[in-house]
Amino acid sequence: MSKKQTLVVIGNGMVGHNFLENLVASDIRDNYDIVTFCEEERPAYDRVHLTEFFSGKTAEDLSMVSDGFFDANNIKIHIGDKAVSIDKANKFVTSAKGVAISYDKLILATGSYAFVPPIQGHDRENCFVYRTIEDLEALTEAAKAAKVGAVVGGGLLGLEAAKALKDLNLKTNVVQFSSRLMSAQLDTGGADMLAAKIEALDISVLPSKNTRKIVDGTECKHKMEFADGTSLETDIVLYSAGIRPRDEIARISGIEVGTRGGIVINDQCKTSDPDIYAIGECAVWNEETFGLVAPGYNMGRVVVADLQGQEAQFAGADMSTKLKLNGVDVASIGDAHGNADGSLIYTYQNGADEIYKSLVVSADKKKLLGAVLVGDASGYGALSQYYLNAIDLPEHPDSLIIPSRSDESVGLGPDALPDSAQICSCFDVTKGQICSAVENGCHTMPALKDETKAATGCGGCTALLKSVLDCELEKSGFEVNTDICEHFAYTRQDLYNLMMVNEIKSFNDFLKQHGQGVGCEVCRQAIGSILASYWNEYVLSDQQMSVQDTNDTFLANMQKDGTYSVVPRMTGGEVTPEGLIAIGQIAKKYNLYTKVTGGQRVDLFGARLDQLPPIWKELIDAGFESGHAYGKSLRTVKSCVGSTWCRFGVDDSVGLAVALENRYKGLRAPHKIKFAVSGCTRECAEAQGKDIGIIATEGGWNLYVCGNGGMKPRHADLFATDLDKETLIKYIDRVLAFYVRTADRLQRTSVWMENMEGGLDYLKSVVIDDKLDICADLETHMQNVVDTYQCEWKTTIEDEDKLKRFRHFVNSDETDENILFVEERGQIRPANEDERELALAEEV
Amino acid sequence: MSNWIDICAVTDLQADSGVCALVEGKQIAIFYFAKDNAVYAIDNYDPFGKVHVLSRGLIGDIKGEPMVSSPLYKQHFSLKTGQCFDDESVKNTVYAIRIENKRVEISLEG
Repeated sequence: MSKKQTLVVIGNGMVGHNFLENLVASDIRDNYDIVTFCEEERPAYDRVHLTEFFSGKTAEDLSMVSDGFFDANNIKIHIGDKAVSIDKANKFVTSAKGVAISYDKLILATGSYAFVPPIQGHDRENCFVYRTIEDLEALTEAAKAAKVGAVVGGGLLGLEAAKALKDLNLKTNVVQFSSRLMSAQLDTGGADMLAAKIEALDISVLPSKNTRKIVDGTECKHKMEFADGTSLETDIVLYSAGIRPRDEIARISGIEVGTRGGIVINDQCKTSDPDIYAIGECAVWNEETFGLVAPGYNMGRVVVADLQGQEAQFAGADMSTKLKLNGVDVASIGDAHGNADGSLIYTYQNGADEIYKSLVVSADKKKLLGAVLVGDASGYGALSQYYLNAIDLPEHPDSLIIPSRSDESVGLGPDALPDSAQICSCFDVTKGQICSAVENGCHTMPALKDETKAATGCGGCTALLKSVLDCELEKSGFEVNTDICEHFAYTRQDLYNLMMVNEIKSFNDFLKQHGQGVGCEVCRQAIGSILASYWNEYVLSDQQMSVQDTNDTFLANMQKDGTYSVVPRMTGGEVTPEGLIAIGQIAKKYNLYTKVTGGQRVDLFGARLDQLPPIWKELIDAGFESGHAYGKSLRTVKSCVGSTWCRFGVDDSVGLAVALENRYKGLRAPHKIKFAVSGCTRECAEAQGKDIGIIATEGGWNLYVCGNGGMKPRHADLFATDLDKETLIKYIDRVLAFYVRTADRLQRTSVWMENMEGGLDYLKSVVIDDKLDICADLETHMQNVVDTYQCEWKTTIEDEDKLKRFRHFVNSDETDENILFVEERGQIRPANEDERELALAEEV
Repeated sequence: MSNWIDICAVTDLQADSGVCALVEGKQIAIFYFAKDNAVYAIDNYDPFGKVHVLSRGLIGDIKGEPMVSSPLYKQHFSLKTGQCFDDESVKNTVYAIRIENKRVEISLEG
């Protein structure tokens, strides 16, 4: 017999779901049978990033529910069913579909709805709100036949929505009631600067417009008539005029609601009924509602603690925000308007660079009360710490917003923060928690993020997290040394820049000009790779030979027994029967172990050093060329058969894979690079687990970047959609050249991306928007590599001098007699130690 | 007096890299530091990988001491003493080696 109580959660949005996750992770999980209602047809998804639906993210991508979550945690979810009433006296909930469930504890997480101003004609056709995936789907459909769009509301969401309209190729207008954009968060100066920047993106901003009615238009579907006598013609109207708490279930069930709406809660997030809690945007605490997810998550944590019998209270929330709107950095902290008595305001305005910053400080200039940053939000981390932790300001507070023209740093060192300082507001991670994670061995950003979850939500605290990490490492005696080795006091990227600026072409010149000693395996290999990736000279030329790692030196992969494996290139995984027969014959002749690799080609193992040239002579005669399996370089471009054969194929994935492999073959990089091309969204080539992945769509090619299988799998990021082949290649050229130039040694693209400040958005701004003005240079770089390609094995077997290197002994034609194979499953394998001893004993 | 054995010409060596010689049945790795015109000889056997491959490792120095790094698992061995830098208990055998009249000579005697 179950003694369990029943806990019901109404609403499976971001906050409701986060609550469930916290609940099932807690020790009271087994005390409850858990039931949840979800009015929408799909469970929780990431509404904060809803706009990314337009840049190609699917509903699945936005989902916040891990596979099998509800089943695995034994949670009963009623999808597409709305809870409509609560019987407090008898403690049960009734749904629209007639389900009635008794509860012991009830959590209301009903969220909010988009407010639609009650203007005449507000419900005409093609008038939308911006709240759910269904809203976005309807909007997308309507946009196909539209030219002009208008967003009503110039707040945060309104500007997001404007970007969505712009992405749908509509001439976009932002119509706002107030005189300035983001009036809740920004002061006049900041709003003006933001408006200028938004206008520069070809989005019209119409301030102080009070829409009276919407009627038939002449040019467009609608005409919006404003109180000042002006009007605007538009095909689509998108309301984003704020949100209102969804409190109707509380109202009809006799639960107290606030004077301006919202379900009233106390510090424990309890409503007027002690067994009913409310969390998130539906709740009102201290006459305040919270339209961000972080406070909602926080309320959920308070409820879990309360259920556990622990003392916890919700104490309000910091509504500071930092975001990128259409590529414009905007941040607001605390009281941006200077409402407090006697507060003082500092302003910095830079018209040339379109930067605006203001500070609101207390009358004694000791404490920060608020701040606005537009165009450059880099100071957000430090400023919000001053604000949240009431840290004393420096003597001249304006030094925090005036650009530093000297080397003197005025930022707030992480050392100045108390342990209680909240670094990550999304997951409520304090500096103290981060410090103890560092102490326990998390010495890299990825490890720290994994352990603490910090910087894995909005990512706004990434830079601050990094500075706390560096500071802690330094304090505990770890030298934060980015030198690649004792011979060069530079990072790989420094060396790359030095090479380009000084046109250095050899390791010895590098050593002479910038290094000391004679080098080591680290700097030799790194510089060998740098030189090869830029100048693309023959890797075994006299001046490059000594810096190649073993595999590159002998153009083959050394295996554990000192023999090598040989991999001929099969572009796109294509091979003719004649080619296969030739490989089979060669493998047979030299008694090589043969295995098909994950990269859709054949690997031949067990070749002695001295056998490599004759094997390659035969492979080249049969039409093969080097597969570069030995290099930190492009390996393979995997593909499915695509539209040529497949019933479902949308485009010719093999053809593209072959073209791409031929283009980038031989490209040396900080680490190996793998591509894949899938001919349709079934994704048989597994492109989303590759450094560069491409998937055919009806509209062209979707490009994914920085994925990885292997040790730490990473799902690739969708970089651009529906590209034609020319643009696709242009973007890949740029991404790869930028990776080659800026990554650390032996850093895969996935880790490169994880460590990149600004992440995917930054990479897009460099590659697509040419923010650094280097795209032409990157393309030239890549074209040069393409134009100077050579099959290294072909060059090598034609050079008698180079072939001398492949003798096992410099003074004898004998071969290494210590290599010993045994047979297994019809092929050779290296003998293990016991077998080796046995063989030696027999010889004696 | 040491008994010097002729191995090869200096021009048979690879600048800033290694080759392997067969000397009285022993595999010996020979490294040539071109700038200093210096040569070093160490047993070609890698005590960690248990195979004969050291001649194919990258060379350099650790705080000024010439070394070779194993091509298999990257342990470093001093070319002056054979001492492994990464594991105190492991020491490889080094041999006397010299350049005489543009020829490379090795002595197997201590």
